[in-house]
Amino acid sequence: MKPGSTLAACTALVRRDLTLVWRRRGDAANPILFALIVVALFPLALGPEPEQLRRISIGVVFVAVLLAGLLALDSLFRADWEDGSLEQLVLSPHPLSLLLACKIGVHWATTALPLILVSPLLGELLHLDPALRWLLPSALLLATPLLSLLGAVCVALTVGMRRAGMLLALLVLPLYVPVLIFGAGACDAAQAGLPFLAPLLWLGAALALALVLAPLACAAALRISLS
Amino acid sequence: MPPAPRQPEDHRDRPALLEARGLALSRNDEPIFGPLDFALHPGEVVLVEGDNGAGKTTLLRVLSGLLAPTSGEIRLAGEPLTLARLSPQVALLSHANGLKPELTAIENLRFAAGLLGTRPGLSPTSALAAVGLAGYDDVPTRQLSAGQKKRVALARVLAAPVGLWLLDEPYANLDRAGIELVNRLLENHASRGGAALITSHGAYAYTSGTPRRIRLRGDADAGAGETRAAARASTVTESRA
Repeated sequence: MKPGSTLAACTALVRRDLTLVWRRRGDAANPILFALIVVALFPLALGPEPEQLRRISIGVVFVAVLLAGLLALDSLFRADWEDGSLEQLVLSPHPLSLLLACKIGVHWATTALPLILVSPLLGELLHLDPALRWLLPSALLLATPLLSLLGAVCVALTVGMRRAGMLLALLVLPLYVPVLIFGAGACDAAQAGLPFLAPLLWLGAALALALVLAPLACAAALRISLS
Repeated sequence: MPPAPRQPEDHRDRPALLEARGLALSRNDEPIFGPLDFALHPGEVVLVEGDNGAGKTTLLRVLSGLLAPTSGEIRLAGEPLTLARLSPQVALLSHANGLKPELTAIENLRFAAGLLGTRPGLSPTSALAAVGLAGYDDVPTRQLSAGQKKRVALARVLAAPVGLWLLDEPYANLDRAGIELVNRLLENHASRGGAALITSHGAYAYTSGTPRRIRLRGDADAGAGETRAAARASTVTESRA
């Protein structure tokens, strides 16, 4: 009687979560549609002058991606909590933080990665400076995993509550502020012709830190929520 | 039909799989259960009985390590159980089955096998057949009845390579054949040297041949929080099947 390997457990978890996303693939498009609509609202509200839209484009795309990610965040543990499989995950003999890191990774790959892929289109809708065509997705590539990791800790804390939506937003959004400042700041600096590498490196450093610490915090928060 | 009861002394000399000493839990100063002292040796099946709200489910959550007790200690195979270090020796069947409705029965079991490992010689398919669901491999769990879902969850417990089963209301939603199935699974598990703690509020029949050896009076707080003395009255009474 020996438990399976941790690698097998992680593989099984990733495969299961990917299968679940595939079975509910209709839902997977929701964050993209949401971000598209939010971005499309700005020309409607502010008027179609390209100069004005170009000025706000970076910030709007960042905020739209961030809000879409926030809406998708609730689904990270919700279903697992309701059907009791979260309990089984906690009771498994493998390190919970590692399993959660896998879950967060799958969640990021299925909610945030599609948003990054459509971010050039979002930029195009707002006449984004063509020089930023590659920088914006790159900044998002560094920023969104950080958002997912920070968000996961807050979701883990609120998963036991019945109506956690607003509370989750209030917990998460302040944590997102630095990410937004560095991410959008890098793009703004590039648009102004200034050096933009430093804010991106800051994002990378924060991501490296969060990759190690957030799953541990997430595991501790989930144990509290489950008891 | 009921198999002959084995001698409980068989495994007595082996260390207890689960041991609780002075185990008690209270919430907001209201005692939920305990203090309880009992041990679960290999080959034993213990039934926790109690009315609704008596704290049976809570006791199982404490024993599985999901919930920290207010006082007392739990030892799993001699090692103290702490929240941070959950033992790979326990399988829990709780009210929420832990099954994904979107996945088929076999996909759910394959995931559990990956997560927990498998008992030697028991594949997900054979575990499903062992709970009487042969041929249901590719049916989405969503389409199964409550009783069939329970059987899939039992198959998961059966396939887990663990010695200790903590089953919360394993008889709920099951038909007569299902109840006999649970009894048979418990019987086999005990004869393998495993142990199980099961809860029931008593509405389901433990028909003759139920393989329990110890009856744990879990109705500690028939009026939860009335008096500490009432809670203390909970004792482990032994009864030979």
